[in-house]
Order: sequence, then C-alpha cells, then structure tokens
Amino acid sequence: MKNKLAALPLALLAASAITTSAHAATTLVYCSEGSPEGFNPAFYTAGTTFDATSKNMFNRLMEFTLGTTETEPGLATSYDVSADGLEYTFHLRKGVKFHSSKSFKPTRDFNADDVVFSFARQWDKKHPYHTVSNGSYEYFNGMSMGDLIKDIVKVDDYTVKFVLSKPEAPFIANLAMDFASIFSKEQADYLMKKGTPEQLDIDPVGTGPFQKVQYQKDSLIRYTAFKDYWKGKAKVDRLVFSITPDASVRYAKLKAGECDVMPYPNPADLKQMASDPNINLMSQEGLNVGYLGFNTKKAPFTDVRVRQALNYATDKKAIIDAVFQGAGKEAKNPLPPTMWSYNKDIVDYPYDPVKAKKLLAEAGYPDGFSTNIWAMPVQRPYNPNARRMAEIMQEDWSKVGVKAEVVSYEWGEYLSRTKKGEADTFLLGWTGDNGDPDNFLYVLLGCDAVGGSNRAQWCNEEFNNLLLDAKRTSDKAERTKDYEKAQVVFKREAPWITIAHSVVYEPIRKEVKGYKIDPLGGHYFYNVSK
Amino acid sequence: MFQFIFRRLSLVIPTFLGITLLTFTLIRLIPGDPIEVMAGERGVSAERHALLSAQLGFDKPLYVQYFRYVGGVLQGDLGNSLITKEPVMKEFLTLFPATVELTICAAIFAILIGLPAGIFAAVKRGTILDHSVMTFSLTGYSMPIFWWALLLMLVFSVTLGWTPVSGRIDVVYWIDDVTGFMLIDTLLSDEAGSFTSAVSHLILPSIVLGTIPMAVIARMTRSSMLEVLSEDYIRTARAKGIAPWRVIIIHALRNALIPVITVIGLQVGILLSGAILTETVFAWPGIGKWLIESIGRRDYPVVQGGILIVACIIIIVNLLVDITYGIVNPRIRHSR
Repeated sequence: MKNKLAALPLALLAASAITTSAHAATTLVYCSEGSPEGFNPAFYTAGTTFDATSKNMFNRLMEFTLGTTETEPGLATSYDVSADGLEYTFHLRKGVKFHSSKSFKPTRDFNADDVVFSFARQWDKKHPYHTVSNGSYEYFNGMSMGDLIKDIVKVDDYTVKFVLSKPEAPFIANLAMDFASIFSKEQADYLMKKGTPEQLDIDPVGTGPFQKVQYQKDSLIRYTAFKDYWKGKAKVDRLVFSITPDASVRYAKLKAGECDVMPYPNPADLKQMASDPNINLMSQEGLNVGYLGFNTKKAPFTDVRVRQALNYATDKKAIIDAVFQGAGKEAKNPLPPTMWSYNKDIVDYPYDPVKAKKLLAEAGYPDGFSTNIWAMPVQRPYNPNARRMAEIMQEDWSKVGVKAEVVSYEWGEYLSRTKKGEADTFLLGWTGDNGDPDNFLYVLLGCDAVGGSNRAQWCNEEFNNLLLDAKRTSDKAERTKDYEKAQVVFKREAPWITIAHSVVYEPIRKEVKGYKIDPLGGHYFYNVSK
Repeated sequence: MFQFIFRRLSLVIPTFLGITLLTFTLIRLIPGDPIEVMAGERGVSAERHALLSAQLGFDKPLYVQYFRYVGGVLQGDLGNSLITKEPVMKEFLTLFPATVELTICAAIFAILIGLPAGIFAAVKRGTILDHSVMTFSLTGYSMPIFWWALLLMLVFSVTLGWTPVSGRIDVVYWIDDVTGFMLIDTLLSDEAGSFTSAVSHLILPSIVLGTIPMAVIARMTRSSMLEVLSEDYIRTARAKGIAPWRVIIIHALRNALIPVITVIGLQVGILLSGAILTETVFAWPGIGKWLIESIGRRDYPVVQGGILIVACIIIIVNLLVDITYGIVNPRIRHSR
C-alpha cells in the first residue's frame, strides 16, 4: 500500500507531463467553410477541396509564389522550352519524400514515374487508373490539356518531357494548378495490386508540408506537419480544419479563440472585426470579376451602340455601395488589376444617362425597348447579391427607357440556359484559376468558348487574333502588349458591363504570424506560426 | 399482439416502395443538371456532357434508372455519391451517430423539462405558474431556431465563455472513431478531459434542438392531464383520501401519457430526420446537413438513399410507438 501511495505523485507527474507535451505542440485551427468533396484534387473544381488537399498536402512541378500570381519551381527545379514552343523539359528535384499513411509506407523518393503517372492517369483514356472512382478530371479537361498534350516522356529518373500539339504559353501556369498535383505511383501500384485502387483517391499520400491523419466528414480534418518536407518542416506542429459552414458561427469561434484563421466573413461583420483588438483583418483585391454579359447574338444587343448605351446607363458606384458594402472595387477591364498585363490606360464608360439615350436613339430605339436581366440564385465572391444588383440595374435602365424584367433560375439551370444563349443579359463572373490573363480573356471571351464559358456568345476576330498571338509566344513582354490591345478592343465593343472586383477579407487571430492571402483564393499554412 | 404487429408490418412494404418512387421522381423533377452544377461557371461541352451522362447512367430512360436503383436497394446497395464517390451507406453510417447522439440529448432535455412543466401547469391550472409555463412554451415553440442558436452562442460561448461555440469536441483531443458516438468514444480513449469536452459541446445544440419538442410536450401534457384530471375516477380517488401526489402521478399521469407518447415519438422522428438548422449552426456533422447539401448539388444517389433510410427509421419509430401504445393500453391492441 505504501509503495502504491508513493507511486501516485509520480504517476500524476508523468500524466501531467504527457498532457503538457501533447498540448505544447502548436496547433493551428482553420475554420473552413465546408467539407472537401474528396481527397483527389484532380476530380474537383472547388476551392474548399483544394485547401484541404492540393494546397497543403501536395506539390506540383511548378508552384505559385505565395501572395502573387507568378510561378516558381516546385517539384521541378527548372525547365527548358524548345525553340518551336512544343517541348517542355522539366528537371526534377531530388530527395523529395512522400508522406506515409496507415496502410502505405513509401520505399523510394519522388521521381519521374510519379510525374508521368499523375498526368497519364488524366490524359490517357487507356491508363489503368483513368476510370477508377469514375474520375471526371474536370479541370484537366476544362483547361483543354487533353488536346494540348501530345506525349509525356520519361527521359530519365529525374527528367520528364511534355510534347505539346501546339505552342501554348499558359501551359506553365496550368502546371501550377491544383489538378496537376503529384501523386505517388508506388502507392497507386500497391493499391492496384491489392485490388483497392479507389483508395488512392480517398487516402492518398503527397509530398506537401502537411500529412493527413484523420478526416471526420463534416466535422474536422487533422494534419500533422511532415517532418521530412523538402523545404523544411512547417512552423506549426498540427493543423486542424474545423468545418464550420455558417459565417456568423466562424466569426463567433474566432472571437472565442476556437479558430485562428477564417475565410469568407459576412460583409456586415467587417466593421466589428476591424475594431476587435484580438483580430487582424487582412484584405486583398480578389483575382475575380463580376459582370453583366449581353447576349451579342440576340437583337438589339447585336448593335454595339446599344451595348455601349447600357454601359453609360449603369451607375456602378451605386451598385458597389449597395451590393458589396465597401468590399468591392469598380471594374473597367475584364482582367482584375492584380493581374499582369492589366491595361491601366483604359477609360471606363462614365455614368451618363443622357449619352445613353442619345446612343439608343442612334441605334433606332429612341423610346427604349423591353428586355430581361438574369440574376444568379447563388452568392459568389464576385457578386454577393445578384438579385439586388439586377434590381438596381433595372432601375438605372428604366431611366433611359429600357424596361428590364429580372429573371432567375436554379443554379444548374441558370448555367445551362445562359450557355445556350437563352438570356438577353445575365449577371455572372469569374475567379482566376492560374494567374494567366489567358485564363480570363480566352476562357470567357474567346471564339472557341462560344457555346461554353463565353456566354455573351461574342466572337470578335480582332480580339481573338490578339489572344491567339499571345498564346503562341512565351515572351512575356510581347504577350503583355497583345493583352493590353485586346482590352482596348473589348472596351470599345462592350460585350459586357464590367461591374466589380471584390475585395477578399480574411480575419485572423492577432497571435497568428506569417499568414498571407493568396490572390488565387487558396489557403496555405506552411509559413504560418503561432 | 403478434397479429397486431404483423398487421402493422404489412403496411411497411408498400410505404417503402412509395418512398423509393417518390424520392426518385421528386429529385429529378427539381430543375438542375448535376453535371452542370459540377462544372460551374466554366461550363461543360456537349460531348463531355454526353460522356459524363453515360458514365453516370443518366442517358438511360428513367424507368430503367429506377429499376436499377430499386434493384440495387434490394441488394443493399444504395449507390455511390456523385461528388465524393463514396458509398451512400458508408457516408450515412459515418454521420448518423452524430445525429442520434444529438437527438437523444435533445429528447432527454425536452422530456425532462417539458413533462414536469406540463404536469405543474395542469395541476396549478389558472395560476400564475400555469400562465408562465404556457407563455414560456409558446415562446419556445415560435422561436426561430437560427436566431435562438446564435443568441445562446453569443451569450454563453462568446461573452461568458461557459460553453464551446460549435463542433463535437475540442481540437486538442484526437479521438479515434470507434463507435461514432463521441460520448462513448471519448470514454474509450485515454485522453483525459475529452469526455467533459464532448459533453460541453452537446449542451447548446441539445437545448436549441430540444426547445420546440419541449414546448410541444409541455402543452400536450398539460391538456391531456387537464382532461384526465376532470374524469370521475380521479374525483373518486381523491374522495377516497389518496395522497394528492399519488392521484396525480399514479392515477392521472399514466392515462394522460398516451397522447404524450405519440407526440414524443413523432418529435423524435422529426429530430432524427435531420435537425438541419441546428446541425448547420453548430457545425454538427449529422445527416440533416448532408442531405441538404446533396439536394443543392443534385447528388441523386445521396438524396434518394439518405431519404429512404431516414424514412425507414421514421416508419420503425412509428411502429414502435404503436406497439408501445398496445402495451400501455390493452384496449388499443384488442380493438384492431
């Protein structure tokens, strides 16, 4: 008995030591807005999924320099481009380790096989992994990578060559995108042999700064810092995504110290957040644009004077004040100002109803006409309240005699009908994928995208040729000139009313250091300390 | 008794078929194409749309899709989620314990407060106590859940710091998923303090979720008790000089409970079918939120499968209520 009693303080001491050491590990809590759709970023397009997977668990051949839209070497240390722009040869980084999971321990470092596997799976329809998990590779196909890549060749263990079917300057930026995350071929082979290949998409290992330990659907995701990370271990020991869908609740958690970083605050809470001594409210202009598109194949919007007139008739400032509550900036170009090649010299159409009326009269509509404005049923960063925005525009247009009816559909229906050109005018927007101007201009306004993401159905030869020119050269100065000229054509032809670029706000706890807002909308935690 | 149970069971099969047909049709009647929703602003080309439709089996006529679905269900296969690619059953089983845990706690809260409040109100009919209970329960019944939840959260979690804001457990505890019930899993784990953390996380959501059922139970108990208390046999019992508490608890309450049990059963069914708002506000990983998100994404297999399972559970709960009825009141089982 005496011995037992003597042992008690020791046991308590040991227990408290264990507790202290467990709790001394720094844990960063990120209150994310939803569950990831899955753990293979190649299947999805949602930022929520990318934050939980590609941004923190994986690497790519090229990476975006944090806080910018520029690219830098990632798992490739350098690359060469052939003179004709058709061959890209990547030299790979040595000594990069993969994570391990409960069911898989890697035996070798990252090499060319992993690169070939990660792309071939998406590109080659006969690849044994191509149809696993019913994979639909949305981004790979959306960026037309399937047609662009002609061949992927392993030159040696640390060199990979991509052969393209045509010169495409944005290719490098595409390789820094989430779908291009590098998986372990060794794990894929192991799972295939075991007969459970779909496990690769549920519990994959990556090379990134954090490795996944546990995922409880709709509740939390736990990661630990990967101690063998090739750039050195992350500054926090543990990372937790506490899944909290409601923005008011995320804010309550941030105030109570239950989370350290939260995305997507309610615009109405911003003022209070800014004055909270425990919160650092970070902000940056988002890489996005919200616009009203005219269906340029439908009269009267086939006439450029009508499109210009409605540009003059719209009071953007009133929209920004009412809809964005200060969290937006007026847009004059289809590109956001943080993007390279943004043309600063463009002069926007000022709010001028008199001029609008004059142009309408010239176009043969002195008494205006009837039309519709389609308003999206969902909230988006580039447009937090489309219905309200449409109503303000309706009011503005009525002053010049244009009677517009506000129409809305369920989101899937809205997307499908605007694509088919059923709307007269419609509100929509875009958030950049890869920081390349091509990703805005060609995707949204190129002739190839008519019937797809070019919902204004606008195909202008002069504009399109400038974009094609810019695709063919990798000389950035030359590309910049092309895009600047293209923006002049765009403004003159007015296929859209460019409305706003939203400002992204991210409140973080004061004790969090080193966090940077990613202009592409991701959330990275490698450099963050507490 | 067996005949009674058998009669009730025979009604289950047509109900089950009806539900499969209804969920299958309704989700397809809502406009919106899952492939378009997945592609978002980017859009998807016509060829790709056709390819994906074929991959997912949407190119087949509706009746073929329906029979495939029912065939799968009969073999225990509810299909895979279009989004996460995981089996619907697996996702359901992961999330359901959280809903059950919350429902049980909310029901306990509702019964523990609602039942005595209703009894007191009936016994003290017309007094200030009665009026207060009724006003209180009417307020509870008409309280907008979202607002109520945020209010409690701001007062007790943010301002006073007594309870955590949301979630099931503090992030410092790394609890393995053994049963899915956090209270049990924390007891099984060796992390000190984790059980207390799990309990404290349950307090606010249980109160919020339990508020409406509590009000319903209190009102039902009161009116049922009032009816029974005016019966002749109660007067007789009182005249015989039986202690007042005995009259109320033994003589009156037992009979007054029958409609109350029905109400409790129905309320538990409603709670189980997804406390959507409560789960969303408290970031509670249950099936309510899961189903709502799936409807938004047009994730057909999840909506069909999820609603089917929930409907089956409600059928079973109702069946159990009917059987309990039969046990509590023999007249019911004999009269059918």
